[in-house]
Amino acid sequence: MNTYTKKIRELASNLLKEGKVDLVIGFKEGTVPMATAPGIARTPEEADGFVWDANCSLNLTNYLTNKKEKIGIIAKGCDSRSIVNHIIENKISRDQLHIIGVPCTGMVDKNKIRGLFEDEITEFKEEGDVIRVKTGAKELTIDKQEYLRGNCRTCMHRNPVIHDDLVAEPVVEQKLADPFKDVKAIEAMDADEKWNHFENLLSGCIRCYACRNACPLCYCPTCFVDEANPQWVGKGQDPTDIRTFHFLRAYHCAGRCTDCGACEDACPMDIKVRDFTRKLVKDSFEIYGWEAGLTLDQRPPLDTFKPEDPDDFIK
Amino acid sequence: MKVIKIDKNDWTRGIDKSRETYQLFGPVTDKNQSVFKQLGKDAYPEMGRTDTIMSPKSVLFPQTEKILTASLDESVENHHIMQMPETDTTPRAVIGIRPYDAKAVQLVKLNFDTPEYRDTYWCDAYEATTFVGLAVNQPSASDFSTSMGSGPFAEEGLDLLLVDLDDHYLAKVLTPKGETFLDGAGFNGTADTDASLKTIQGMKEAAEAAITSLVPTDKLKEKSLLDLHGAPFWEDTAFSCINCGTCTFVCPTCWCFDIQDETKGKSTSRFRNWDSCMSPLFTMHGSGHNPRGEKTQRVRQRFMHKLKYFLDKYDQGSMCVGCGRCVEKCPVNIDIRSICNTMNSYEPQK
Repeated sequence: MNTYTKKIRELASNLLKEGKVDLVIGFKEGTVPMATAPGIARTPEEADGFVWDANCSLNLTNYLTNKKEKIGIIAKGCDSRSIVNHIIENKISRDQLHIIGVPCTGMVDKNKIRGLFEDEITEFKEEGDVIRVKTGAKELTIDKQEYLRGNCRTCMHRNPVIHDDLVAEPVVEQKLADPFKDVKAIEAMDADEKWNHFENLLSGCIRCYACRNACPLCYCPTCFVDEANPQWVGKGQDPTDIRTFHFLRAYHCAGRCTDCGACEDACPMDIKVRDFTRKLVKDSFEIYGWEAGLTLDQRPPLDTFKPEDPDDFIK
Repeated sequence: MKVIKIDKNDWTRGIDKSRETYQLFGPVTDKNQSVFKQLGKDAYPEMGRTDTIMSPKSVLFPQTEKILTASLDESVENHHIMQMPETDTTPRAVIGIRPYDAKAVQLVKLNFDTPEYRDTYWCDAYEATTFVGLAVNQPSASDFSTSMGSGPFAEEGLDLLLVDLDDHYLAKVLTPKGETFLDGAGFNGTADTDASLKTIQGMKEAAEAAITSLVPTDKLKEKSLLDLHGAPFWEDTAFSCINCGTCTFVCPTCWCFDIQDETKGKSTSRFRNWDSCMSPLFTMHGSGHNPRGEKTQRVRQRFMHKLKYFLDKYDQGSMCVGCGRCVEKCPVNIDIRSICNTMNSYEPQK
């Protein structure tokens, strides 16, 4: 058992034993290799089911929306930023939460690892930064840092920004010369290239809405694509409707997206939906100097108004 | 029983020849993902690929299908009267369909082709289709098809079963439709029937033995529907579900659909789209009442429909063929095998 898993179990178990929380939300072992399952523990014994590895990629903040209980939650850097979002957007109160922070060294890109093999992965073992992956035909030892998800490669907040406990000492934050290289590559395309890029990006979309439903920001009681009266968007496979869904969903995340990557993790068709939200992360940063979910003390730029706003449109 | 030997050197030529008679569908790679698609002129089915992410159900049941159209132009005859659009019912062949997916087509047929109702769109497409199956020599770890009335070499619903033997296929002819396909493709290499059947039988047994995922379903029939419905485990089962449609969309047996009208200018069309019981909108009433307003109720619906309601209604097993796609693709790893196990062994507290 790795030290993170051990510490998570211990902290979660104590919280439940001492009655400080009603339940703890964390990750449990999956039933297939490279899978973890979000799960709850209501008793100290159930806390023994929690695990931690480089497959804990979903964002557990998703399970906090409008909850009434007192909750313990396991949070890596990006999750903690989403928790901050949830608190400032009044989806949960700080007093309800006991945050077990996990200094994170990144989650792996499962599809990239699967791409190394012809056949099915039967075993995934992580020892520090070394991962051993086995299939029926071969076994490979890979360096975890080379197989990180796109958002983990550009992450600059690996340590939880808000927490009540930490399962380990903070990790060293990454220093990146240019965190927005990917966005700039798309910005540099001409109109036709951009059009083709996004057409190609969305061509496999089956509208299962896994991206939306895995996103902690997408908590609207009725999403605009589900609205029936009036109906804003067609429900079929017409490319216009598929585009409309993705464009509008991305804009709803402007200034709120913490680039946690849950959308891409959940997508069964391996669509890089972050190509949309990343641009908005970059714009928020460049226009407003804003990174979502870093502080409880400041309203996000898109839900505040300042009379001294220098832009003309407001006057 | 007839068995034909197909040398792999002749495969491409035969596939090309079959295009003269059939529209072909098969597994292809699209952006690193394996999916079933209509094959373009130069595309060949990728027979070496393991399981496809999406099942071939869309060949008979497209995700979006135009079912009726009308003109709203009052100067046109029959304006405002819905009519069937022209549909293509020329022969089509699904190459490389896996045995569990062919079984799934038979289960879906129970819903679309009943003594009371015949779904024209699905049934016409079904009748036009020849199912050229490919046996699974190496089942995946999440394949539990033998527990669900199918198996890696199962023949139900297939017209032909191809068995891959490295440099050639053995094609087991199962129906006249299958024989017609082989004729059309010019595949006529004879094989020693007895020896071939023996080879196939040996491979079948090996493949079945390689399936390690066994799911008990024996007690589902005798369980009380209401006991299962009211069982306390649904709350925890549903906790992690994010209510996306992945499981239902990748499922070869999920057949629920929604009807939508779309109007542009003076023309209007009625479509049917795949629907998902995971969606809060699913079967929402016009009155505003939602029969399954909570997530737990929706998750319960999916598993009860597959493993209990369908079984009780038709007595032909579960509405699951054990392909393992939902197990692989669920973003939160909700595993139908564990749930089936829980349901099968559930004893209500007295």
